[in-house]
Amino acid sequence: MSATLGKDLVGLEALSPEQIRLILDTAEPFKEVSERPIKKVPALRGKTIVNLFFEASTRTRISFEFAEKRLSADTVNVAASGSSVSKGETLVDTAKNLEAMRIDMVVIRHGASGAAQFLGDRIRSNVINAGDGKHEHPTQALLDLLTIRDKLGKIAGVRVCLVGDILHSRVARSNIWGLTKLGAQVAVCGPHTLMPRGIAELGVTVFRRIEEAIEWADVLNVLRLQLERMEGGFIPSLREYFRVFGVTHERLERARHPLVIMHPGPMNRGVEIESRVADGPHSVILDQVTNGVAVRMAVLYLLAGGKPELADAAKRGAAD
Amino acid sequence: MRPLVLAGGRVIDPSRNFDQTADVLIEDGKIAGVGSAVGRPDGADVRDVAGQVVAPGLVDIHVHLREPGNEDEETVATGARAAAAGGFTAICAMPNTDPVTDNQAAVGFIVRQSVRAGLARVYPIGAVSVGQKGAQLAEFGEMVGAGAVAVSDDGRPVVSGHLMRTALEYARTFEIAVADHCEEPTLAAGGVMHEGLVSTRLGLKGIPSAAEEIMVARDVLLAELTGGRVHLCHISTRGSVELIRRAKERGVRVTAEVTPHHVALTDHACENYDTHAKMNPPLREAADVAALRQALKEGVIDCIASDHAPHAYDEKEAAFDDAPFGIVGLETAFGVAHTELVLGGVLTLPELVARMSTIAARVYGLPGGALQPGAVADVCVLDPARHWTVDPARFFTKCRNTPFAGRELMGRPTLTLVAGKIVHDGAV
Repeated sequence: MSATLGKDLVGLEALSPEQIRLILDTAEPFKEVSERPIKKVPALRGKTIVNLFFEASTRTRISFEFAEKRLSADTVNVAASGSSVSKGETLVDTAKNLEAMRIDMVVIRHGASGAAQFLGDRIRSNVINAGDGKHEHPTQALLDLLTIRDKLGKIAGVRVCLVGDILHSRVARSNIWGLTKLGAQVAVCGPHTLMPRGIAELGVTVFRRIEEAIEWADVLNVLRLQLERMEGGFIPSLREYFRVFGVTHERLERARHPLVIMHPGPMNRGVEIESRVADGPHSVILDQVTNGVAVRMAVLYLLAGGKPELADAAKRGAAD
Repeated sequence: MRPLVLAGGRVIDPSRNFDQTADVLIEDGKIAGVGSAVGRPDGADVRDVAGQVVAPGLVDIHVHLREPGNEDEETVATGARAAAAGGFTAICAMPNTDPVTDNQAAVGFIVRQSVRAGLARVYPIGAVSVGQKGAQLAEFGEMVGAGAVAVSDDGRPVVSGHLMRTALEYARTFEIAVADHCEEPTLAAGGVMHEGLVSTRLGLKGIPSAAEEIMVARDVLLAELTGGRVHLCHISTRGSVELIRRAKERGVRVTAEVTPHHVALTDHACENYDTHAKMNPPLREAADVAALRQALKEGVIDCIASDHAPHAYDEKEAAFDDAPFGIVGLETAFGVAHTELVLGGVLTLPELVARMSTIAARVYGLPGGALQPGAVADVCVLDPARHWTVDPARFFTKCRNTPFAGRELMGRPTLTLVAGKIVHDGAV
């Protein structure tokens, strides 16, 4: 295996299929670490990592923090509120200050598309994008890919439909890049008010109606509908959205075969997804969360210069 | 002042379709003669400009100086110096200063600062509405009396159809144009670049072409209704070109400008979140660039204007969403336009000179744009064979925000004269 990741993980658009497979394969041995009574390996001992979250996040931040701690890194969490960020410090000043403290890695979430690349271009530390505006959320897509591979044994040829607010979704963009690079067939489905211009040119099929998407797909990845989209005038009401686009048990029953149901969370039960579906036998929503820690461990390990072939040894403590 | 002879250049004067090798004699601030036997008065400064072009000074009818209000970014004097370096002998200053140039005192201030600088001429454009707030008409009559040559709320559109209508009607009294920044605000709200495949990939909010075209359509209809003169700033879409073309065919009093960057770059320049490619209107698609070039060729778009918009370096050193719109353009305008349009096979060199000087001056009825004997000696010398690399560190403007840094260009102004006085000498 000759692929490496480079300095930063900004998005999946820039990665080759080999690099994506490298991360997924490296995640496999790390899964087991989280199943142990003592969930810690020394792979990143002595590394300092800052989790820099300009936007609120619970799941992603905790997942990264667990991944870092299970690799024995020293971590600091910086949230926008209460830090100098909220006092108007610019992104570039924040970057320079972090650099001055000689940290090794930054995990950044920011409301502006391009913020992770902006930071990565200006500091020597590794930068991992934990979601930038409407651009990319690469570790989310990687954990989605890993979950599909776990469940169906492959990614190539699998039909995956992303459902909902594609326009504002960084999860959708990262999934489209990752899935198409690994040979999956990708579709999107949602109201046209929430479809970005030119989306079909990215190599995806666009379904107008959820019934058509369900008939076509093997996997539905149901995106969160941000409640503020209603005030933005993109949809008339949550009630109608659920009526027209909701992923319901009744609709899924008409499918040719059971569909794998995914959701990046947090869910709006009864808006984009019916509880019975989210909690049903074909839902892998919690497997996604579990895989999130392993994928993030793999990304941290690889960016820190860890050898993929030593990942298995690293978890036993031999690689450090 | 010593008489000056520009000897042996290719003299291009679009005002009278003059294009031949000749000497130009300048005396007492005027063009004293153009031809092969203009004479060499005693003590004359004779400059050999063989191989270069002697043209009427370039005219940029759309420039943002930052005085008053943001003198750290540009002053009337630094802007006029940058203009001179770009071959411009006259520029028009947009009124979105702080405070807004919306009254005769503010207009008079710009004029005085310009006279004090003694470089390129600076003609103020007054605001359409008080404070550019889009509500109450500014005092066009007094502003024109103080030296304003047009009115505009540029930087923001005239949103109210009623205000645009009354501005066009009221401006008729003073025979000035109303210049509009065409942007339907609810469609453009929050947008930072052209809406298309690139904005989708980057996850940036787009500004659809329709946001501009709706206002272009409205403005030509209101010009038709009122008989007023509308000038459409920095046109960027192929749809706008078609609307203007049809309006001109109907005889509507409409003129339009395009920037060098909109005929040189597409929205792909925004990739990697380069904030120096963030401007409003945004860079569009290749088909738009092609239509804009063709429109310049045919005269559907009348002239080239830079929309020179200085911003401090640290303002552009930000996430794309957070950076301000706009780039500097005075010192790259001719080089970019010559490289893209003349060497690109769209315009002849005389056509380019016309669109950057003679016709640009006519849009607002400014003096200049001609080299006939007796005319005021506002002159530029352009070296079309000069190969140079854009180095923002060497700009005269106070700011460095350009997407053309490092770009290799062909063609550069080498000498600029205002009323016979050398205001820029590239050899020095």
